[in-house]
Amino acid sequence: METQSNGEQKASEVIVVTSGKGGVGKTTTSANVGTGLAMLGKKVCLIDTDIGLRNLDVVMGLENRIVYNLVDVVEGNCRVKQALIRDKRHPGLYLMPSAQTRDKSAVSPGQMVKVIEHLKDQFDYIILDCPAGIEQGFQNAIAGAQRAIVVTTPEVSAIRDADRIIGLLEARGFKQMELIINRLRPDMVKRGDMMSAADVVDILAIPLIGIIPDDENVVISTNQGEPLVGSDTPAGSAYQNVVLRIDGNDIPFTNLERGISFWTRVTGIFKKV
Amino acid sequence: MRKLFQRKTSRDVAKDRLKILLISDRMNCSPEVMSMIRADITKVISKYMKIDAENMDIQINTKTNKSGRGKTSMLYANIPILELHAAVHK
Repeated sequence: METQSNGEQKASEVIVVTSGKGGVGKTTTSANVGTGLAMLGKKVCLIDTDIGLRNLDVVMGLENRIVYNLVDVVEGNCRVKQALIRDKRHPGLYLMPSAQTRDKSAVSPGQMVKVIEHLKDQFDYIILDCPAGIEQGFQNAIAGAQRAIVVTTPEVSAIRDADRIIGLLEARGFKQMELIINRLRPDMVKRGDMMSAADVVDILAIPLIGIIPDDENVVISTNQGEPLVGSDTPAGSAYQNVVLRIDGNDIPFTNLERGISFWTRVTGIFKKV
Repeated sequence: MRKLFQRKTSRDVAKDRLKILLISDRMNCSPEVMSMIRADITKVISKYMKIDAENMDIQINTKTNKSGRGKTSMLYANIPILELHAAVHK
């Protein structure tokens, strides 16, 4: 059952995807990371913790298959297993949707921890898609996690909120926090109109795990409800690298990810010669 | 070099704004208090040497202790010296 395991069994990892600010790409990141890990042969459970404003089901293209949700599990209306939707495209990938008609107070951090404990031994990775903000929804999402992926864009407001989130996670004893910089525009960085990945890392001072270029294919993939990780697109290959890094591989950042343009590379080659 | 001829890019503006913003966010201390600290430090150091107050950089950094829990805050001041006064220099 374990694909190419090297004897030692890795304990299940619970990762929360968070950002503080809304609209920076938490849900897209959760969907792509979850799908990508499943494509590596891992057993993955995605949990949408945004109660009242669920989106992960739509981004995953699984919205028509929801019967039970997270709140049903917590309230005992169904068993945990019944609320899990199996993604038929990727073996080993499951989604626990959130409730659309309830509010954040329907679940407590303690209940969230219980649900995760129940799922832990069945999955290699549990990915929690965190709502925006720092209120109860955030507290619920981080309650059962040991590792955090902080998503930001190279904008002042998003970075400020990310910094606040990092502070809160530190205070909660999180040891492993990693940064994804989303929607980077290499052309703008080059013109001096956007902060570079290095600028953002310099400010937030946590390890970088991915740089996702601004790519219209993300919109297309969301329209279709199919995460683009692993596809032959700029964002697809950037997410693929993120997935490999999360799974412990040492993948160097490519020039494309860093935002060095094709021409810089060409002139770079000429300089070397 | 290019910086001499070019106006500050919006990238630099963003970086500078963020740095100042985060200092006050991280320490729960308002930008006003920060600028008062800055002014007072300038005053004291200026007694002894000529400094470049414009390019002075003051930061409060918070680091988690090695033990994991608990935090230490540190005030960093980076003050470019333009000229050491003779009185101090001898």
